[in-house]
Amino acid sequence: MFGGAFGATDGKAREHTISVLVENRPGVLSRVAGMFSRRGFNIDSIVVGAAEEPGFSRMTIVLVGDERELEQVQKQLHKLIEVIKVSELDPAEMVERELALIKVAADRTNRAEIVQIVDIFRASIVDVSPHTVIVEVTGDVKKVEAMVDLLRPFGIKEIVRTGRVGVLRGPKSSGVHGDRRRGLQAVGG
Amino acid sequence: MAVSAVDFGAAAAKRKAEQPAQAPARRREPRRMLGAQALVEALKAEGVEYIFGHPGGAVLHLYDALYDSGLKTVLCRHEQGAAHMADGYARATGRPGVCLATSGPGATNLVTGLATAFMDSIPVVAITGNVPRALIGRDAFQEADITGITLPVTKHNFLVRSARELPRVIRAAFHIATTGRPGPVLVDIPKDVGVEELDFDYPETVDLPGYKPTYKGHIRQIMAAAKAIAEARRPLLYVGGGAIASGAHEEVRAIAEKCDLPVAMTLMGLGAFPGNHPQSLGMLGMHGTAYANYAIQNCDVLIAVGARFDDRVTGALDTFAPRVEQIIHIDIDPAEIGKNVIAHVPIVGDCRTVLSALIEKVPEKKHPEWWAQIDEWRREYPLQYRPGDTEVKPQAVCEAIYEVTGGEAIVATDVGQHQMWAAQYYKVHGPRQFVTSGGLGTMGFGLPAGIGAKLARPDKEVFVVSGDGSFQMNIQELATAAEHNVAVKVAVLNNGYLGMVRQWQEFFYQRRYSDSRMWSPDFVTIAQGYGIKAMRVTEPGDVRAALEEARAHDGPVVIDFQVAREENCFPMVPAGGSNSDMLGPKGWIE
Repeated sequence: MFGGAFGATDGKAREHTISVLVENRPGVLSRVAGMFSRRGFNIDSIVVGAAEEPGFSRMTIVLVGDERELEQVQKQLHKLIEVIKVSELDPAEMVERELALIKVAADRTNRAEIVQIVDIFRASIVDVSPHTVIVEVTGDVKKVEAMVDLLRPFGIKEIVRTGRVGVLRGPKSSGVHGDRRRGLQAVGG
Repeated sequence: MAVSAVDFGAAAAKRKAEQPAQAPARRREPRRMLGAQALVEALKAEGVEYIFGHPGGAVLHLYDALYDSGLKTVLCRHEQGAAHMADGYARATGRPGVCLATSGPGATNLVTGLATAFMDSIPVVAITGNVPRALIGRDAFQEADITGITLPVTKHNFLVRSARELPRVIRAAFHIATTGRPGPVLVDIPKDVGVEELDFDYPETVDLPGYKPTYKGHIRQIMAAAKAIAEARRPLLYVGGGAIASGAHEEVRAIAEKCDLPVAMTLMGLGAFPGNHPQSLGMLGMHGTAYANYAIQNCDVLIAVGARFDDRVTGALDTFAPRVEQIIHIDIDPAEIGKNVIAHVPIVGDCRTVLSALIEKVPEKKHPEWWAQIDEWRREYPLQYRPGDTEVKPQAVCEAIYEVTGGEAIVATDVGQHQMWAAQYYKVHGPRQFVTSGGLGTMGFGLPAGIGAKLARPDKEVFVVSGDGSFQMNIQELATAAEHNVAVKVAVLNNGYLGMVRQWQEFFYQRRYSDSRMWSPDFVTIAQGYGIKAMRVTEPGDVRAALEEARAHDGPVVIDFQVAREENCFPMVPAGGSNSDMLGPKGWIE
């Protein structure tokens, strides 16, 4: 019954999105980022912004790892004094969004074609110059990447992406007032 | 509301009650004072006795406030010494040790000491000065980003941005350092904060909404552990430093005796169970006893108490404890559970609290067959060395220290072969008596840690067991010992080598002794230069007499034991090997 239980990972690495509520103090981002680098975990994307209460921020972190790595990440995050709450966002139960600003080469000859693509994606053009347009697209990662792929033939000059943010659907919340230690109960009991 | 000030949990409050030197409960009217005075008042409120440190430009205000404060300052000769003294003080007492250094190099010199304390979960509060606030970030003279530098080697750290924050920050620093899994906390104070005025009012509570250690184990898991122990045929108690940190030594003994459990200890766990108890198997792991390692490799139920399955304990993980059916893992840090091995019965909680609950649930048991097997291993593979006729054997010195002190002295060690021999042959009887850098393996730790321990426990004899390599890494602290007449007895096991490096080179690098052979000065003359009594021992017959003479002397003593030069430390599990495969004095065991 014990074969392979030690040290090994279960091998099923997949993408995980975790939401981390932190006290908004100087240095908290470097504490979180430092923990990842020190322990050899990889961050695919990290986004920080103000949370619903003053004095708190929420980070959305996307990482790739198996269940054991995910558990270690959550526990190690919890050890940071300024981390209030860590929760994994189940992909089936969350809304995830990313925003991208894409500066595309465009002139009179192809601007209309770009506008058409933008309309289909319900994206928008937020700036026009004689030789470029800036496209703003919001959506899940697939949508943003599809948009980028379609615009590439026109000549992309610059892409700026926010990274991904996520929130649970419905009444469940990983909020300041929610159930604080949800991520750790599996261990305690 | 979730974000309001958090009162101490009941368990934390209980722990505080057991640690007399803590904050007062009485509320006073705020008093107007300077930041530096506020720091002094806060340290007094925390019951601080000693401050180990070294002054410099950025802490002049703080040192001025300390001058007539009544707090005892110990001037170290290097800030690393200060950090290790604070650490040794904490290890010997369980109370937080405090060190103080100036900005820049003063602060960076603390880093090794903080990392040492961090790896071994020792409560240390380090206070550093920094350049004035207006100069921060401008590469000012003696500026270093010490909060950034110490981020990965402290449990937490603070940069104080105004004098107003000081009482709250110091309160929080001591709280964080001493509760949950203890650890070092650094507080960085810009110079001008020391002369900024504030209304001092020391808080009774801390406001740390994200910090709530779990003390009480989950009852369902405790029941599962009790069942596993009750059904065990070959149980083993594996005890680490967490048992000492939580003060669980009595509970460890109680459960071991009630359930007839053999007890193996990690280096950090030595003293959590009496080394002379018939159920003690001594230390396990790389240089553990053969019988402890065989017990690990053959047990069916492994009960880990405040231990973290370190690589020096487990050897190669895929060969560790191959016959185990149930691992019970008790630790206050949830992140330790499942980090290296998967526990079948994980229990997050304070070792003492959990064991007290567990003892009630387990039936009395005897394991005659299991003990018969262990006793056979003990007879077949005892801890042994060949006594020297003409040479002083380093193991014999450790054994003699044990015999003359009756195992009741505090022994502080450095790192290397002598450390392992001390761990093997000084069968420490009680907790907080074996002061050693386990996790980080910091050479230069022993002397300053021994000084800290002796100041903390003047009632106890303190021996420092060191080597010629380690001793020279913080030898300057002999001045501190001499100045304060701190009666540490330093036994230098001098073999003219960096012995453990040489041993590895002998086994794994075809005896190519690359920079492990080491010239040393005459330690007797050096010690005498510091005004310290010193002796040299070259004959096996003189060991005891020298130790007795050192014990009788009221003050520090250095004994230069000129020991066998190429002695090896056995048993030995080669790094990355299996605990079943140990090297002994006559080659592979079995």
